[in-house]
Amino acid sequence: MRSTTRNFVDNAARGLADDKLQAALGRLSQGFPVKRLETISRLPEFEQLRDDAIAIKRHTLENLDSYLERYEENAKVSGAHVHWARDGDDAREIILGICRDAGAKTVTKGKSMVSEEIGINEFLADNGVEPIETDLGEYIIQLRDEPPSHIIAPAIHLSGAQVADTFKESHDELDADRDLSEPRTLLEEARAILRKKFLAADVGITGANMLIAETGTSVIVTNEGNGDLTQTLPKTHIVIASIEKVVPTLEDAATILRILARSATGQDITVYTTYSTGPKRADDLDGPENYHVVILDNGRSSLLGGEFEDMLRCIKCAACLNHCPVYKAIGGHAYGWVYSGPMGAVLAPALLGLGETHHLPSASSLCGRCQDVCPMRIPLPRLLRQWRRRWFETGGEDTKTRLGLAAWAFLAKRPALYRPLMAIGTSVLKLCGGGGRRFPILPRPEGGSFVDQWKRGKR
Amino acid sequence: MKAARSEILANVRSALNKKDIEIPSAVDERLRAHAINTVPARVSGADADRIAIFIEEAERASATIERIKAPKELAGAVTAYLKSIDEEQAVRAAGHPLLKECLAEQTILEVTEGPSDGTDTVALTAAFAGIAETGTLVLCAGSESPTTLNFLPDTNIVLLPEVSIVGTYEDAWAALRQTMGSGVMPRTVNWITGPSRSADIEQTLLMGAHGPRRLHIILLADS
Repeated sequence: MRSTTRNFVDNAARGLADDKLQAALGRLSQGFPVKRLETISRLPEFEQLRDDAIAIKRHTLENLDSYLERYEENAKVSGAHVHWARDGDDAREIILGICRDAGAKTVTKGKSMVSEEIGINEFLADNGVEPIETDLGEYIIQLRDEPPSHIIAPAIHLSGAQVADTFKESHDELDADRDLSEPRTLLEEARAILRKKFLAADVGITGANMLIAETGTSVIVTNEGNGDLTQTLPKTHIVIASIEKVVPTLEDAATILRILARSATGQDITVYTTYSTGPKRADDLDGPENYHVVILDNGRSSLLGGEFEDMLRCIKCAACLNHCPVYKAIGGHAYGWVYSGPMGAVLAPALLGLGETHHLPSASSLCGRCQDVCPMRIPLPRLLRQWRRRWFETGGEDTKTRLGLAAWAFLAKRPALYRPLMAIGTSVLKLCGGGGRRFPILPRPEGGSFVDQWKRGKR
Repeated sequence: MKAARSEILANVRSALNKKDIEIPSAVDERLRAHAINTVPARVSGADADRIAIFIEEAERASATIERIKAPKELAGAVTAYLKSIDEEQAVRAAGHPLLKECLAEQTILEVTEGPSDGTDTVALTAAFAGIAETGTLVLCAGSESPTTLNFLPDTNIVLLPEVSIVGTYEDAWAALRQTMGSGVMPRTVNWITGPSRSADIEQTLLMGAHGPRRLHIILLADS
C-alpha cells in the first residue's frame, strides 16, 4: 500500500474539518475504552497477565531465530508449506505464485494488516486475481477504495448513511430504492453477497495473530466468522504473518489471548479463536487441501536489539489508538498508511523510513495514555521521542523549527529573561486566545504561571 | 526462497549478536515443558463451580443454554428449541458417537450427517470441551466434527457433556494433549464464544455477521 504520510499536516487538517469523521470519532470514545475498563475490572489477574505476556515476548524475541525454526519444523510435520519473505516484493510474488498454481480466479481474505502493509490486493488485481475482503469493515473500505482507518475497526470513520451510499453504488444489481437506513439491513446485504463469494473462492488468505512454535500452528481471532469461512471453504489457505508473531507454546498463546481482546474491543475473548495446523487430513470431511504460511520480515529484524525493539511486542490490539487524544481528533487516515495512532507513529518510521514519516512522531502530546493502556507496556512516548531525536540529529527539521528550538533553549537556560517574557506571552494570549478571539486554536490561559503559583505557596 | 530464509535468520542472529546457529537447550526445554503462566483464580481453584461459571459466561457472550439429564432427552430439547425459533425440525449433524447415541431412537427430527455445503439451516455438533473462564466451546476438526458445521448454518446447536467442562484455557490444552499426545494438534481447533457478530457499522453490535446467528448450548449431565 502506498503511503500518503508525507501529507500528514494536510491530512490532519482535513480530518479535523470533517464533521462525519468527528461524529464517528466521538462514538469511538464511548465504545472500546469503556468496554475495556468493564472487562478488565472483572479479571483481577489482568496486571499480572500483562507482565507474563511481556516476559513471553521478551524471551521469544531474544531467541527469535530459534523459535522461528522450531515453528517452521513443526508446521512442516503437519504438512504446511512454509515460505520466507524478506519484504513486500517477496511476499507478493510468493502469494501470486500460490494463487496461480491453484488456478485462482477469486481470493477471499480475512482482515490482515500485514496484507495491507504489502499491498497484496492491488497486486493480485493487477495480475488477474480478484481479491475480496470479507471482514465487514474491510469489505466496506475495499468497495470505497480506501485504506483502513483503524487496525481493528477499519471502517470506523464512516457513518451508516455513507455505507448505505457505498452499497447502493456497488451492489447495482439490487433494487435501487431498497431501504438501507438500518445497520441491520446493511449487514444482511453484505452477508448475503459475501456468502456466495466465500463458497466460490479458490484461495483464502488470512493473517495470523500468533504462530505457535510448539505445534506449528497459526492462530486467528475474529468476531464475524469471516476468517474461518475464508480459510475453511477454498482448496487453498494462505497465512501471512510477520516474524514477531511467533510464541513458544499453547500456554503462552493462552496468556496473550487473555489480554488481547480485553485491550482491543473490551471483550473477554473474541467469538472465534481458531488454531490451524496444516492442511486437510485423511479423516477430515472439510478444510483446505493446501496450507501455506508466508513468514514476512519487511524490516522487522532490523528493529531487534536496537532502541525500537520494544515495538516488536505489539499485538495490534489498537488500545493505543482508542485512547489517543490525537488519533481521536484527526482519525486514522491522517496517518496516511496502514498503521495509525501511537503504534503507527512508531512503526511506520521503522518500516517506511523517517523521510516519509517524520511528521508522525511529532503528532503526539506525549500524554502517556498509550503506554498506560498498552497490554505489552510498550513505552510508546519514549519511542516517539527517540524518532524525534533521530530526525533532529539527521538534520531533518526545517530551519524555522531549528531556530525556534534554539531560541527556546537559549531562553530556558536564562530564567531571569524567560519569566518576564512568559508573562508577556500569557497576557497576549489572554487577550487574543480562545474561542471567538483572534487565535481561537490557542487556549486562553487561566490563572498565573506555575512559577507564580508556586511562589504564592500554592502546591 | 531458500535465500530469503537464510537471509532473514542471519539478520535476526546478527541483530541479537548471536554467533551460534544451534538452538539453545532452554528453547527446547521451554517447548517441552509448556509451563503454565498466570491463570484466573476464579476458575482454577478446587472449589470453583465450573459449570455455573461456564453458563454465566456463555450467556454473557449471548449464547443460550439448557441442561438435560440423559442422552435420550437431546432430541426433545432440540425439537423444542427449533420450535421456539420457528425453524423446521431438521438438522445437519456431526457424525459424533455421542450424538449418534443420543439420537439413536428418536423419530421427530430429520437428521442428516456430514459437513455443510451452505444449504443447511441448523447444525448439531458435539464439543470436545467447554472452558468455564469465558464460556468458550472447543471443537476439534475431524471425521466426528466437520468445521463447516460451526460456521455455515444460521443456527448452531452444540452438545457439551458437563464432565467436559474445564476451568481455564490451559486445562483445555491439557485435555487435548491427553487425547492427541503432546505437540500434536487437530487440523483445526475452534474456540467458539457466543454467536457471530460485528460492530463494524457505527459500532452498533449486531449478531449473525458471517457465521451463525444463534448459538444454543445443550449441557448433558454426568450419568
